Amino acid sequence: MTTQYKQVFGRPESLKDVATHFCPGCHHGTIHRLCAEAMDALDIQQRTIGVASVGCSVFLYGYFDIDVVEAPHGRAPAVATGVKRVRKDDVVFTYQGDGDLAAIGTAEIIHAANRGEAITVIFVNNTTYGMTGGQMAPTTLPQQRTSTSPTGRDVANDGYPIRMAELLAGLEGVAYSTRVAVDSPQHIIAAGKAIHHAFDCQVKSGGFSFVEVLSTCPTNWGMDALKANARVASEMIPYFPLGVFKDAACAEEGA
Amino acid sequence: MMTNNKIEIDETYCKGCALCTIACPHGLIEMDVTLNSLGYIPAMITPANLAKCTACALCARTCPDTAITVFKSVSGSKTERS
Repeated sequence: MTTQYKQVFGRPESLKDVATHFCPGCHHGTIHRLCAEAMDALDIQQRTIGVASVGCSVFLYGYFDIDVVEAPHGRAPAVATGVKRVRKDDVVFTYQGDGDLAAIGTAEIIHAANRGEAITVIFVNNTTYGMTGGQMAPTTLPQQRTSTSPTGRDVANDGYPIRMAELLAGLEGVAYSTRVAVDSPQHIIAAGKAIHHAFDCQVKSGGFSFVEVLSTCPTNWGMDALKANARVASEMIPYFPLGVFKDAACAEEGA
Repeated sequence: MMTNNKIEIDETYCKGCALCTIACPHGLIEMDVTLNSLGYIPAMITPANLAKCTACALCARTCPDTAITVFKSVSGSKTERS
Protein backbone atom coordinates (compact mmCIF):
# COMPACT_ATOMS: atom_id res chain seq x y z
CA MET A 1 0.00 0.00 0.00
CA THR A 2 1.34 3.40 -0.97
CA THR A 3 1.31 5.94 1.82
CA GLN A 4 -0.73 9.06 1.09
CA TYR A 5 0.75 12.29 2.43
CA LYS A 6 -0.76 15.63 3.22
CA GLN A 7 1.65 18.56 3.45
CA VAL A 8 1.16 20.17 6.85
CA PHE A 9 3.95 22.71 6.69
CA GLY A 10 5.87 24.34 3.85
CA ARG A 11 7.09 27.61 2.40
CA PRO A 12 4.42 30.32 2.33
CA GLU A 13 3.42 31.63 -1.11
CA SER A 14 4.41 35.20 -0.27
CA LEU A 15 8.01 34.11 0.34
CA LYS A 16 10.16 33.57 -2.75
CA ASP A 17 11.78 30.19 -3.20
CA VAL A 18 15.35 31.44 -2.72
CA ALA A 19 18.03 31.00 -0.07
CA THR A 20 18.57 34.06 2.14
CA HIS A 21 21.90 35.76 2.81
CA PHE A 22 21.33 35.69 6.57
CA CYS A 23 23.91 34.04 8.83
CA PRO A 24 23.18 30.57 10.27
CA GLY A 25 20.73 30.86 13.17
CA CYS A 26 19.76 34.48 12.45
CA HIS A 27 16.11 35.02 13.32
CA HIS A 28 15.47 37.32 10.34
CA GLY A 29 14.51 34.29 8.24
CA THR A 30 11.95 33.18 10.81
CA ILE A 31 10.45 36.67 11.04
CA HIS A 32 10.32 36.93 7.23
CA ARG A 33 8.40 33.66 7.13
CA LEU A 34 5.93 34.78 9.82
CA CYS A 35 5.19 37.97 7.84
CA ALA A 36 4.69 35.92 4.66
CA GLU A 37 2.39 33.50 6.49
CA ALA A 38 0.28 36.43 7.72
CA MET A 39 0.02 37.78 4.14
CA ASP A 40 -1.07 34.36 2.89
CA ALA A 41 -3.60 33.89 5.69
CA LEU A 42 -5.16 37.33 5.13
CA ASP A 43 -4.98 36.91 1.33
CA ILE A 44 -3.30 40.29 0.89
CA GLN A 45 -0.18 39.29 -1.06
CA GLN A 46 -1.35 41.02 -4.24
CA ARG A 47 -1.98 44.34 -2.48
CA THR A 48 0.84 44.43 0.07
CA ILE A 49 3.69 46.90 -0.36
CA GLY A 50 6.78 46.45 1.81
CA VAL A 51 9.10 49.29 2.73
CA ALA A 52 12.62 48.02 3.39
CA SER A 53 15.08 49.66 5.74
CA VAL A 54 18.85 49.72 5.68
CA GLY A 55 20.58 46.89 7.47
CA CYS A 56 20.48 43.12 7.09
CA SER A 57 16.79 43.45 6.19
CA VAL A 58 17.67 45.54 3.13
CA PHE A 59 17.02 42.67 0.69
CA LEU A 60 13.29 42.46 1.46
CA TYR A 61 12.54 42.73 -2.27
CA GLY A 62 14.60 39.62 -2.94
CA TYR A 63 12.79 37.44 -0.44
CA PHE A 64 9.15 38.53 -0.43
CA ASP A 65 7.01 37.92 -3.49
CA ILE A 66 5.41 41.37 -3.17
CA ASP A 67 6.20 44.93 -4.25
CA VAL A 68 8.88 46.60 -2.15
CA VAL A 69 10.16 50.18 -1.89
CA GLU A 70 13.65 50.78 -0.55
CA ALA A 71 13.82 53.64 1.93
CA PRO A 72 16.80 55.75 3.01
CA HIS A 73 18.30 54.70 6.35
CA GLY A 74 15.73 55.08 9.13
CA ARG A 75 13.14 56.72 6.88
CA ALA A 76 10.97 53.67 6.17
CA PRO A 77 8.00 54.99 8.23
CA ALA A 78 8.14 58.31 6.32
CA VAL A 79 8.26 56.52 2.95
CA ALA A 80 5.49 54.15 4.08
CA THR A 81 3.39 57.18 5.06
CA GLY A 82 3.63 58.49 1.50
CA VAL A 83 2.91 55.10 -0.06
CA LYS A 84 -0.11 54.49 2.16
CA ARG A 85 -1.57 57.96 1.63
CA VAL A 86 -1.61 57.60 -2.16
CA ARG A 87 -2.59 53.91 -2.15
CA LYS A 88 -5.13 53.73 0.66
CA ASP A 89 -6.48 50.31 -0.33
CA ASP A 90 -3.07 48.66 -0.21
CA VAL A 91 -1.50 47.12 2.86
CA VAL A 92 1.79 48.83 3.69
CA PHE A 93 4.38 47.59 6.14
CA THR A 94 7.92 48.51 7.08
CA TYR A 95 10.50 45.99 8.24
CA GLN A 96 13.27 47.63 10.21
CA GLY A 97 16.15 46.71 12.48
CA ASP A 98 17.04 48.46 15.73
CA GLY A 99 19.88 50.51 14.31
CA ASP A 100 17.51 51.75 11.63
CA LEU A 101 14.35 52.29 13.68
CA ALA A 102 15.61 53.14 17.16
CA ALA A 103 18.65 55.25 16.26
CA ILE A 104 18.76 56.87 12.84
CA GLY A 105 15.01 56.72 12.31
CA THR A 106 13.76 57.60 15.81
CA ALA A 107 12.12 60.82 14.64
CA GLU A 108 10.36 59.12 11.72
CA ILE A 109 8.93 56.23 13.73
CA ILE A 110 7.70 58.41 16.59
CA HIS A 111 5.95 60.89 14.33
CA ALA A 112 4.48 58.25 12.01
CA ALA A 113 3.12 56.46 15.09
CA ASN A 114 1.86 59.69 16.63
CA ARG A 115 0.03 60.62 13.43
CA GLY A 116 -1.58 57.18 13.54
CA GLU A 117 -0.57 56.34 9.99
CA ALA A 118 -2.37 53.20 8.84
CA ILE A 119 0.79 51.14 8.44
CA THR A 120 2.29 48.08 10.11
CA VAL A 121 5.83 48.21 11.46
CA ILE A 122 7.86 45.06 12.07
CA PHE A 123 10.78 46.02 14.31
CA VAL A 124 13.59 43.48 14.63
CA ASN A 125 15.54 44.10 17.83
CA ASN A 126 18.83 42.21 18.00
CA THR A 127 20.60 44.72 20.30
CA THR A 128 23.24 45.63 17.73
CA TYR A 129 23.92 47.03 14.28
CA GLY A 130 24.12 43.75 12.37
CA MET A 131 25.12 44.59 8.81
CA THR A 132 27.67 47.28 9.58
CA GLY A 133 29.73 45.19 11.96
CA GLY A 134 28.12 44.92 15.38
CA GLN A 135 28.31 48.49 16.66
CA MET A 136 26.42 49.58 19.80
CA ALA A 137 22.76 50.41 19.12
CA PRO A 138 20.28 52.25 21.37
CA THR A 139 18.91 48.80 22.24
CA THR A 140 22.29 47.29 23.24
CA LEU A 141 21.97 45.82 26.73
CA PRO A 142 23.92 47.25 29.72
CA GLN A 143 27.45 45.75 29.86
CA GLN A 144 27.01 44.18 26.40
CA ARG A 145 30.26 44.20 24.45
CA THR A 146 30.07 45.47 20.89
CA SER A 147 32.65 46.74 18.44
CA THR A 148 32.06 50.31 19.66
CA SER A 149 31.65 49.38 23.33
CA PRO A 150 34.53 46.90 23.72
CA THR A 151 34.40 47.05 27.52
CA GLY A 152 30.62 46.77 27.63
CA ARG A 153 27.86 49.38 27.40
CA ASP A 154 28.37 51.88 30.19
CA VAL A 155 24.93 53.18 31.13
CA ALA A 156 26.46 56.18 32.94
CA ASN A 157 27.86 57.33 29.63
CA ASP A 158 25.55 55.79 27.01
CA GLY A 159 22.21 55.63 28.81
CA TYR A 160 19.91 52.64 29.06
CA PRO A 161 18.48 50.63 26.16
CA ILE A 162 15.26 52.05 24.69
CA ARG A 163 12.13 49.93 25.04
CA MET A 164 10.44 50.94 21.79
CA ALA A 165 7.22 48.92 22.14
CA GLU A 166 6.42 50.55 25.51
CA LEU A 167 7.50 53.99 24.28
CA LEU A 168 5.22 53.88 21.23
CA ALA A 169 2.32 52.41 23.22
CA GLY A 170 2.17 55.73 25.05
CA LEU A 171 1.23 57.58 21.86
CA GLU A 172 -2.44 58.27 21.04
CA GLY A 173 -2.04 57.36 17.37
CA VAL A 174 -0.92 53.80 18.02
CA ALA A 175 -3.57 51.08 17.70
CA TYR A 176 -1.45 48.04 18.53
CA SER A 177 1.97 47.69 20.12
CA THR A 178 3.47 44.41 21.22
CA ARG A 179 6.78 42.67 21.84
CA VAL A 180 7.37 39.04 20.89
CA ALA A 181 10.33 36.68 20.54
CA VAL A 182 11.11 33.80 18.16
CA ASP A 183 13.54 31.77 20.28
CA SER A 184 11.28 28.77 20.95
CA PRO A 185 8.44 27.05 19.10
CA GLN A 186 5.97 28.44 21.66
CA HIS A 187 7.25 31.99 21.17
CA ILE A 188 7.32 31.59 17.36
CA ILE A 189 3.65 30.58 17.30
CA ALA A 190 2.76 33.55 19.55
CA ALA A 191 4.85 35.87 17.36
CA GLY A 192 3.05 34.59 14.26
CA LYS A 193 -0.29 35.43 15.84
CA ALA A 194 0.92 38.91 16.83
CA ILE A 195 2.18 39.67 13.30
CA HIS A 196 -1.07 38.34 11.83
CA HIS A 197 -3.03 40.57 14.24
CA ALA A 198 -0.90 43.59 13.33
CA PHE A 199 -1.63 43.19 9.61
CA ASP A 200 -5.27 42.47 10.42
CA CYS A 201 -5.42 45.73 12.42
CA GLN A 202 -4.38 47.67 9.35
CA VAL A 203 -6.76 45.82 7.03
CA LYS A 204 -9.80 46.04 9.33
CA SER A 205 -9.48 49.26 11.26
CA GLY A 206 -6.69 51.18 9.54
CA GLY A 207 -4.63 51.74 12.66
CA PHE A 208 -0.88 52.00 13.26
CA SER A 209 0.37 48.61 14.41
CA PHE A 210 3.83 47.88 15.80
CA VAL A 211 5.43 44.51 16.49
CA GLU A 212 8.85 44.39 18.14
CA VAL A 213 10.51 41.01 17.61
CA LEU A 214 13.50 40.03 19.77
CA SER A 215 16.07 38.46 17.51
CA THR A 216 19.56 37.03 17.57
CA CYS A 217 22.70 38.20 15.80
CA PRO A 218 24.98 35.20 16.33
CA THR A 219 27.81 36.60 14.21
CA ASN A 220 28.11 39.97 15.93
CA TRP A 221 27.40 38.53 19.37
CA GLY A 222 30.33 36.15 18.82
CA MET A 223 28.21 33.10 19.60
CA ASP A 224 27.05 30.01 17.79
CA ALA A 225 23.39 29.80 16.80
CA LEU A 226 22.27 27.78 19.82
CA LYS A 227 24.05 29.99 22.39
CA ALA A 228 22.71 33.13 20.70
CA ASN A 229 19.21 31.65 20.71
CA ALA A 230 19.53 30.90 24.45
CA ARG A 231 20.66 34.48 25.13
CA VAL A 232 17.27 35.81 24.01
CA ALA A 233 15.59 34.14 26.99
CA SER A 234 18.42 34.58 29.49
CA GLU A 235 19.38 38.22 28.85
CA MET A 236 17.00 39.97 26.45
CA ILE A 237 13.54 39.00 27.72
CA PRO A 238 14.36 40.08 31.33
CA TYR A 239 15.08 43.62 30.03
CA PHE A 240 12.63 43.62 27.11
CA PRO A 241 9.53 41.90 28.54
CA LEU A 242 7.18 40.20 26.10
CA GLY A 243 3.57 41.31 25.99
CA VAL A 244 0.90 43.48 24.43
CA PHE A 245 1.34 47.09 25.51
CA LYS A 246 -1.57 48.56 23.60
CA ASP A 247 -4.43 47.05 21.63
CA ALA A 248 -6.94 49.87 21.42
CA ALA A 249 -8.70 50.20 18.08
CA CYS A 250 -8.37 46.53 17.25
CA ALA A 251 -10.08 45.47 20.47
CA GLU A 252 -13.10 47.61 19.60
CA GLU A 253 -13.34 45.85 16.26
CA GLY A 254 -13.59 42.59 18.15
CA ALA A 255 -10.53 41.26 16.34
CA MET B 1 4.41 4.14 18.09
CA MET B 2 5.64 3.85 14.52
CA THR B 3 4.34 6.49 12.18
CA ASN B 4 4.42 7.05 8.44
CA ASN B 5 4.92 10.79 8.68
CA LYS B 6 7.69 12.45 6.73
CA ILE B 7 9.86 15.54 6.96
CA GLU B 8 12.10 16.69 4.13
CA ILE B 9 15.15 18.78 5.03
CA ASP B 10 16.29 20.65 1.92
CA GLU B 11 20.08 20.48 2.18
CA THR B 12 20.56 23.33 -0.25
CA TYR B 13 18.77 25.69 2.17
CA CYS B 14 20.08 24.32 5.49
CA LYS B 15 22.81 26.43 7.11
CA GLY B 16 23.40 24.01 9.96
CA CYS B 17 22.26 26.33 12.75
CA ALA B 18 20.88 23.29 14.65
CA LEU B 19 17.86 25.21 16.00
CA CYS B 20 15.61 22.38 14.72
CA THR B 21 17.47 19.88 16.92
CA ILE B 22 16.28 21.67 20.08
CA ALA B 23 12.82 22.39 18.65
CA CYS B 24 11.90 18.74 18.11
CA PRO B 25 10.06 17.61 21.28
CA HIS B 26 11.40 14.09 20.78
CA GLY B 27 14.96 15.04 19.84
CA LEU B 28 14.73 13.19 16.53
CA ILE B 29 16.82 15.56 14.39
CA GLU B 30 20.62 15.30 14.39
CA MET B 31 23.44 17.01 12.58
CA ASP B 32 24.97 15.24 9.59
CA VAL B 33 28.68 14.50 9.31
CA THR B 34 29.33 15.75 5.78
CA LEU B 35 29.19 19.29 4.40
CA ASN B 36 26.45 20.44 2.04
CA SER B 37 26.97 22.53 -1.11
CA LEU B 38 26.95 25.74 0.97
CA GLY B 39 29.78 24.43 3.15
CA TYR B 40 27.61 23.93 6.23
CA ILE B 41 26.94 20.72 8.15
CA PRO B 42 23.20 20.25 7.57
CA ALA B 43 20.56 18.75 9.84
CA MET B 44 19.32 15.23 9.11
CA ILE B 45 16.90 12.65 10.41
CA THR B 46 17.57 8.91 10.35
CA PRO B 47 14.91 6.52 8.97
CA ALA B 48 14.59 5.04 12.48
CA ASN B 49 13.88 8.48 13.95
CA LEU B 50 11.62 9.44 11.07
CA ALA B 51 9.40 6.52 12.03
CA LYS B 52 8.80 8.27 15.38
CA CYS B 53 7.93 11.67 13.82
CA THR B 54 4.53 13.00 14.84
CA ALA B 55 4.51 15.68 12.09
CA CYS B 56 4.03 18.40 14.72
CA ALA B 57 6.07 20.71 12.43
CA LEU B 58 7.79 22.52 15.31
CA CYS B 59 11.17 21.90 13.59
CA ALA B 60 9.89 23.53 10.41
CA ARG B 61 8.41 26.47 12.30
CA THR B 62 11.74 27.02 14.03
CA CYS B 63 13.91 26.74 10.90
CA PRO B 64 15.01 30.29 9.95
CA ASP B 65 15.70 29.14 6.39
CA THR B 66 12.38 27.38 5.71
CA ALA B 67 14.40 24.30 4.78
CA ILE B 68 11.96 21.81 6.29
CA THR B 69 8.71 20.61 4.74
CA VAL B 70 6.44 18.39 6.82
CA PHE B 71 4.07 15.73 5.53
CA LYS B 72 1.51 13.87 7.60
CA SER B 73 0.48 10.39 6.60
CA VAL B 74 -3.22 10.29 5.82
CA SER B 75 -3.40 6.53 5.44
CA GLY B 76 -2.96 5.79 9.14
CA SER B 77 0.01 4.70 11.22
CA LYS B 78 1.79 1.40 10.77
CA THR B 79 0.53 0.27 14.18
CA GLU B 80 -3.06 0.98 13.30
CA ARG B 81 -2.83 -0.90 10.01
CA SER B 82 -1.16 -4.04 11.38
